[in-house]
Amino acid sequence: MAYRHFEFIEKHAWTLGILTAVMVSLGGLAEITPLFMEAHAVKAPANVKPYDPLRLAGRDVYVAEGCYLCHSQMIRALRFETQRYGHYSTAEESVYDRPFQWGSKRTGPDLARVGGKYSDQWQRMHLMDPRSVVPQSNMPSYHWLADEKIDPKDIQARMRVLRELGDPYTDADIAAAPAAVKGKTKMDALIAYLQGLGIKNEPQPPDDGHEAAATGAP
Amino acid sequence: MVIAAASLRNDIVPGSSPVEYFNDHVVRLFLLASAVWGIAGMLVGMYAAAELTWPGLNAGIPWMTFSHIRPDHTFGVIFAFGGSALMGTCYYVAQRTCHARLAFDRLAEFTFWGWQLVCVLAMFTMPFGITQGKEYAEPEWFIDILIAIVWVSFGTVFFATLARRRIRHIYVANWYYGAFIIAVGLLHIVNNLAVPVSLVKSYPIYSGVVDAMVEWWYGHNAVAFFLTAGFLGMMYYFVPRQAQQPLWSYRFSIVNFWALISVYMWAGAHHLMYTALPDWVQSVGMAFSLVLLMPSWGSAANGLFTFNGVWHRVVRDPAAKFMVIALVFYAAATFEGSMMAVKTVNSLSHYTDWTIAHVHSGSLGWVAMITIGSLYAMAPRALGRPAMHSHKAMELHFWLHVTGTFLYVAAMWTAGITEGMMWRATQPDGALTYSFLDSLIAIRPDYFVRWFGGVLIWLGMWVMAWNLWHTAADARKRVIKPIPVPIPVTVAPLPAAL
Repeated sequence: MAYRHFEFIEKHAWTLGILTAVMVSLGGLAEITPLFMEAHAVKAPANVKPYDPLRLAGRDVYVAEGCYLCHSQMIRALRFETQRYGHYSTAEESVYDRPFQWGSKRTGPDLARVGGKYSDQWQRMHLMDPRSVVPQSNMPSYHWLADEKIDPKDIQARMRVLRELGDPYTDADIAAAPAAVKGKTKMDALIAYLQGLGIKNEPQPPDDGHEAAATGAP
Repeated sequence: MVIAAASLRNDIVPGSSPVEYFNDHVVRLFLLASAVWGIAGMLVGMYAAAELTWPGLNAGIPWMTFSHIRPDHTFGVIFAFGGSALMGTCYYVAQRTCHARLAFDRLAEFTFWGWQLVCVLAMFTMPFGITQGKEYAEPEWFIDILIAIVWVSFGTVFFATLARRRIRHIYVANWYYGAFIIAVGLLHIVNNLAVPVSLVKSYPIYSGVVDAMVEWWYGHNAVAFFLTAGFLGMMYYFVPRQAQQPLWSYRFSIVNFWALISVYMWAGAHHLMYTALPDWVQSVGMAFSLVLLMPSWGSAANGLFTFNGVWHRVVRDPAAKFMVIALVFYAAATFEGSMMAVKTVNSLSHYTDWTIAHVHSGSLGWVAMITIGSLYAMAPRALGRPAMHSHKAMELHFWLHVTGTFLYVAAMWTAGITEGMMWRATQPDGALTYSFLDSLIAIRPDYFVRWFGGVLIWLGMWVMAWNLWHTAADARKRVIKPIPVPIPVTVAPLPAAL
């Protein structure tokens, strides 16, 4: 091998630095650019709507509380997963998730289709004191969410930024936002978000509609 | 290689009276910071592990809840402890291998205080819900900007020091440190592009699938370039230094360098197997993850073979013992990682504690041990002492750390495989055998063992801090003399070509 060529690189810091930068950029460019192009070309399906103000507030509570560290929202295309959690997750379902909420660890179960599986009251009791409804659970209590109100001004600012980023909120949507979150607590918002998971954002291919209806609370 | 061997000796008798001294002041600051952050970051980890075992432990306090402090653990150990150790050793190694004083004293000092400010801000905002919610990139936008500024300054100091070198050849440790700086800067900026809503909230410009791919391209390559390339830089200097003989094969280190940095960047998709990420990206990620085993084992072998002929010395040298076990863990963890990237294995391991086992065999086994070994090798020299204060304390630390790591990793392997098997178990009629809760109950004992392993490791960090404190007695009294830069007499002055 022509070792002297390597030797040139080893003696010239700029060459070394530039070649390093080139080599580390290739993989990312090859994998991310096509996805980025696709994401900009393909519009979200008609039935996938951006989050309404209360659920948007709930999603942001979910992120701020770090729920994603123990719960995934990604049902993998594996039989034992779909048997446990429902239809596998599709790309369209997370187009409005900034950041994405697929997670990386399940200390608790997947939540991609948890919406409607339990009553609002169950969710509230569970968030206030998980062990009151699931004695063996190791989930912490999030009781403080019931004491903190959603800021209507802030939710409007959030919707405006999301519109800049491409989410199709109308002026009317933004104007109506304060009324929708008025008097609501973070707990209300989080429950609204959880109850919508896998329900309102779910794709409904014409030949496969059975996953939409989750059965009653166990 | 002659050059490599020569550059490893920092006791060369200068031909004439020295014109400059090494800047070890900033190295000592980073040394102190890494000892403090090591204890702090691992304390949070130990506490988080305890919360998973005893869930009421947060006493209802929001910021002490598991989901609030978990980012503090990861940021604290990776970026605060690991980052301080990397920057400190990088400054030490660059000066020794370039035979030149660190460039820009004040900028170098700024990188220290800037990085500490970043760490403190991050650690005190994330538990209060001021988070981007992207794993390993949780700090909000204003901290991200500060990180970018400090990082560019760090790169400037490092590359300007290379430009001042008196040895034409750039030693391989500096390649790894250079790649670490370039790639982490790139990853940080691309992954954290966001539009702020207010001081404490921003939305990433990517959403859904694209955000997932960008995040794991970042997440995986933070492992590649922060936790691997940077620490390989450390390894390539301190291992030959501690073995007191040149690297086993210099040319092999070059092949491994180019292979490692180009292949790693393709492998991020293995974090998203069987998800809604397009299939072709998953397959590319898996293929490159398998190829990645070659340069990983290449570097591990190169480090281990460097001890050929002096293995008898390793037995009596705790710093070398840390390095050897680190390299064994590096080989083991990279093999495990490549296997976990195989789709069939991943279908079992993903989302379970097996991932946690893998991460910690890499971080506690490889990263922490090569760091501790290097700190034990560097500290006496940077602190003006012939050796560490206590040999026995280093031995104690070694056994605490190794025992703790084995307990931790074994517990999490058991937990992960238990979860994976229980989640997929079906009865003859096709129905699932276990509820999710059954798997959580089954792994409770493993969570306890994991916590106990963490306690041992944390106690070991205290032993190291105590030892460093006493080794630094002279430095604290400010009676140590700065070390003159050896000016090589046989090498012509560096030509203008950079």
